[in-house]
Amino acid sequence: MRLIDQNKVTSNMKPRIVRNKIYKYIFLAATTLCLIVLAVLFARVLKQGLPHLDWQFLTSTPSRKPEQAGVYSALIGTMWMMAVVIPVTFIIGVGAAIYLEEYAKKNKFTTFIETNISNLAGVPSVVYGLLGLTLFARAFALGQSVLAAGLTMSLLVLPVIIVAAQEAIRAVPKEIREASYGMGATKWTTIYKVVLPTAIPSILTGAILAISRAIGETAPLVVLGIPLFLIQTPTSIFDSFTALPMQIYNWTGRPQAEFQDIAAAGIIVLLALLILLNSIAVLIRNKFSKKF
Amino acid sequence: MVNFKKLTLAIALTGTLALAACGGGSDDSSNGSNGSSGSNNEETGSKQQVLLDGSSTVYPIMEAVAEEYAGVAPEVDVSVGVSGSGGGFEKFTKGEIDISNASRPIKDEEAQAASDNGIEFTEFEIAYDGLSVVVNKENDWVDQLTIDQLKQIWIEDGSTKKWSDIDPSWPDEEIAFYSPGADSGTFDYFNEVVLEDEPIVQSATLSEDDNVLVTGVAENKNAIGYFGYAYYAENTDTLKVVPIVNPETNEAVEPTNETIESGDYAPLSRPLFIYVNNEAVKDESVYNFVEFTLENAGELATDVGYVSLPSERYEEALKTLEGLK
Repeated sequence: MRLIDQNKVTSNMKPRIVRNKIYKYIFLAATTLCLIVLAVLFARVLKQGLPHLDWQFLTSTPSRKPEQAGVYSALIGTMWMMAVVIPVTFIIGVGAAIYLEEYAKKNKFTTFIETNISNLAGVPSVVYGLLGLTLFARAFALGQSVLAAGLTMSLLVLPVIIVAAQEAIRAVPKEIREASYGMGATKWTTIYKVVLPTAIPSILTGAILAISRAIGETAPLVVLGIPLFLIQTPTSIFDSFTALPMQIYNWTGRPQAEFQDIAAAGIIVLLALLILLNSIAVLIRNKFSKKF
Repeated sequence: MVNFKKLTLAIALTGTLALAACGGGSDDSSNGSNGSSGSNNEETGSKQQVLLDGSSTVYPIMEAVAEEYAGVAPEVDVSVGVSGSGGGFEKFTKGEIDISNASRPIKDEEAQAASDNGIEFTEFEIAYDGLSVVVNKENDWVDQLTIDQLKQIWIEDGSTKKWSDIDPSWPDEEIAFYSPGADSGTFDYFNEVVLEDEPIVQSATLSEDDNVLVTGVAENKNAIGYFGYAYYAENTDTLKVVPIVNPETNEAVEPTNETIESGDYAPLSRPLFIYVNNEAVKDESVYNFVEFTLENAGELATDVGYVSLPSERYEEALKTLEGLK
């Protein structure tokens, strides 16, 4: 007697294989759709912008003549702003996540706070601009400075990084933690030597998302009153500055077609800067991702 | 582990730096509040600064002026923002900026806010813009419109608007509307002259990006739209401009540099303004900048697609400025 009825197996297998294939193609379609949209956007921007992207474009300041206009002050300004945003969001964001996950008591109040942090991620960026204007620009008298804009942008992206860091810390296996305690390590030593190195790759994924959002936001800067035309570049975080997304936004709205072309060139510069920043994060992530 | 230590060290270092910087910030602000007014000019001490903010419509002119001025006086740090006419006045009436760019006159409540804060100001016209009413290139029936017809076309009256409603000899086709967003000074002006506070047709496509309006009208045979003259001037090959009947002379006038400057293209010509803080103008760098603006605005406005005022108007303005010294 045969334990397996071959005919039954064959008849059962067929629909399963078909279903398997169907799902595969659904997911493939989802991926391709995203890639096609991205490719079309990218191709259009490259086609429009590349002919205008040259050294002169990178080293010139805003101008009424499209052929003389450039992104120098905006590029340097955006870098200054990110130099504030990255350390501030990283330290405060990861710090808050560590507190919420490791130290805070798990009660209703903590849950309430956590829910609110997640909700903050969905608040329109203009609202953060208004907050920054009242709080940083006016109450702290920081004006239209790099610091005021950097802190506003940090507030905007903090929820993203806090939620990502919380998830990352939560995902650290319990056994590793217990092994550390078993060796006599204190809570802080465990966090510092065991939890964080394990969680850092996922935290950095959150950081990449946060940086990408902060670098491209225009609305909060407009509300803060960050100038658009500025020749001088900042020498400290208390100087005023101008940023790339604002230049791009302004250029796309101008009547002359040439301005729309250099807007595309500006988008390429912004993308290049973003890829540069994110690749640093990816490098660090790869270093730590082989740990456990 | 060693690597992780280095990383945390690096982050800690940048963190300390940032915190130190924040500390410096609060010091700075306390100094500012000890000072007399805490305006940006004083905070930066010896650096010569001129701060402008306001309308994005006026921005191209002031960008051109600031660009040219940097060639004449490179030591002066001119910054121009684009918070919109309203946003500019908000900062201006709080004394945060020296000059406010506006595509509409200051409102009573804004002037009130200024006087509450002890700020006196002077209004200068720097250029004209001609609101251009445009239709599709293939539209061969509309050859002129009166303000009354425009109103009939644009206000919401509950019916579906067809071209034949305006003139029975025009086609029995639904009109497609393209208008600047309700926050813009362009809409404000159109509202004042044409709509007279009646609601705009609900089917209208409103966009803050005038290029969207240009494309919309260029692609739809039954479309009508309006926007600043510069957007028409850049797209004369894809759009047809509608001559508007001047109510005083009863003649249809097409917007051109000449008709807008001479005032024949009325009532859809509008002035663009700068508002200058009288106190700030006493500062030499601000005074020189405003003087430079009034001397060159006409030519530079034409460069960026607006229309210059008659030259005697600039001379009058310069005299007014001298009185503020």
